Amino acid sequence: MKRQSTPFTRFWNEFRENRIAVLALSIVVLMALLALFASFVSPQNPYDLANLSLMDSRRPPGFVGTGGYTHWLGTDPQGRDLLSAIFYGLRISIQIGLAAGFVSLSIGAALGILAAYIGGRVENLIMRLVDLQLSFPAILLALVIVALLGQGKVQLISALVAAQYAYFARTAYGAAKAERGKDYIEAAVATPLGSRLVILKHLLPNCTPPLIVVATVQIANSISLEATLSFLGLGLPVTEPSLGMLISNGFPYMMSGRYWISVYPGVALIILIVAINIVGDQVRDQFNPRLRR
Amino acid sequence: MLGFIIQRFLQAIGVMAVMSLIVFSGVYAIGNPIDIVIPPEATQDLRDEVIRRLGLDRPLYEQYFIFLVNLLRGDLGRSFVYNIPVLELIGGRLPATLELVLISVFSASVIGVSLGIYAGYRPESWTAKTIMAASVLGFSVPSFWVGLILILTFAVNLGWLPAGGRGATIDIWGVAWSFPTLDGLSHIILPAINLALFKLAMMIRLARAGTREIMLTDTIKFARAAGLSEITILRQHLLKLISIPIITVFGLELGSTLAFAVVTETIFSWPGVGKLIIDSIAVLDRPVMVAYLILVAFLFVTINFVIDLTFALIDPRVRRGAAS
Repeated sequence: MKRQSTPFTRFWNEFRENRIAVLALSIVVLMALLALFASFVSPQNPYDLANLSLMDSRRPPGFVGTGGYTHWLGTDPQGRDLLSAIFYGLRISIQIGLAAGFVSLSIGAALGILAAYIGGRVENLIMRLVDLQLSFPAILLALVIVALLGQGKVQLISALVAAQYAYFARTAYGAAKAERGKDYIEAAVATPLGSRLVILKHLLPNCTPPLIVVATVQIANSISLEATLSFLGLGLPVTEPSLGMLISNGFPYMMSGRYWISVYPGVALIILIVAINIVGDQVRDQFNPRLRR
Repeated sequence: MLGFIIQRFLQAIGVMAVMSLIVFSGVYAIGNPIDIVIPPEATQDLRDEVIRRLGLDRPLYEQYFIFLVNLLRGDLGRSFVYNIPVLELIGGRLPATLELVLISVFSASVIGVSLGIYAGYRPESWTAKTIMAASVLGFSVPSFWVGLILILTFAVNLGWLPAGGRGATIDIWGVAWSFPTLDGLSHIILPAINLALFKLAMMIRLARAGTREIMLTDTIKFARAAGLSEITILRQHLLKLISIPIITVFGLELGSTLAFAVVTETIFSWPGVGKLIIDSIAVLDRPVMVAYLILVAFLFVTINFVIDLTFALIDPRVRRGAAS
């Protein structure tokens, strides 16, 4: 190996050794690409009502519809091609997962690092609040907030953030607290640098590895939580169904044996969540100094 | 120690007060329940009369104050939809939820601990590896999806078990229970499996980690040297040693399982508290929503309070940390 100097190449070389993790990562990338280019790869725009025909509704996989092409995964009650609906649904699920993950990461990391840096009363107040919240199940919090705020993308993301920021805060706090006691931070504090610089330049970069791990897992959790809320009828509006909403729409038809409306979106959802979790596991193992060779 | 108890108790009361304020103001800030309670063809006089009777014409803070006073008297109001006291409504649904939760947590613990001990006892066997891989699935697959697949497989395709409802019940001390009847039992199997899977995965991991640790200790070496059979060692010594963290988690999980029951009950139309709250959110039945949230908050605050006290009893550092 000639250029293995950068931390990223070293990280990647180690990652590459776990074949399952590489497979999982390629699945995640593939699904993200499918979601991103949903409008190019789907045979149909499932949100355009003019495209849909009720003649085609609830048809089994392999049915050739009025559009003249084959519905490989069948159609849903509105006559949507399920494959297209899954691509578009993936887009919404990933969007929500990323947005919720990113916002909770920012809020949680800020709170946790501030608590560790400032200490005293502020630390007590923030961490008591976070601990209290961690003792309530996330699903219940999200449920309550969605019920209070009503339906919509922003409301849903706020609910997910409120349910999840505490995990980031706890992680950031733990890491920052350990770093705060080390000499290099003490030294930085002793210099005339402002607190803002010390936090941003010295404390934050050293707290990122555990935060990245939590972020991967939490994005998977956001996607799963969003699907659960949508399934309970508290998610996004029906016009732009996420994967959870697609599953929910198909549920009543399952009893009559039309399994595909619920099952295929669910399979897509699970592949995505499990793949993200496997990648997250591998990243965590690589960051864990106890497992270092 | 007394100071610690008082401090934590005051904190718990503070949390409850804040929760009640948030829940109340949040719940009362959304939607207009009048449209649901009163039929559209009602006269204006009737509307005014109903609004007055429900106390919806008063300012919010007054409604909150009345609510708080009533709460302290144990009166959580009447459901807008069913027009019976909320406590009675929730109380009537509680046995169904409790039955489901207890059966799931109990069976998850028994099966999970056995599988976990095996996986920790023979970590290299392929059975153990299968168990661990399955437990990863149990963690990451959303539980509503598992419920759907259970219904599809066992109710729709195989037709072995019913897809929803509670089945025949038997009254014991005036409360209806499903588990004593064969029909009720067949209704409870699928939702119980659904609710138990996540806990099962967790119990497996806990028991496995504990077993792997304990099997390396001198206790086990001496027990083997004394000529005890492996089964006796596992049953008499190992099980006792790994049970402390498991029991702690068992207590913690009872609460969160009650919350997760919301999803399972909705899928299987199980007439418990979780189904009630989802239905109430859908029709904006405010008193039921508020009462449920307050009760859940109360449950969690109590559990946390008890856990804090237990830890303080066991570990003097916790007490001193609170005093300083």
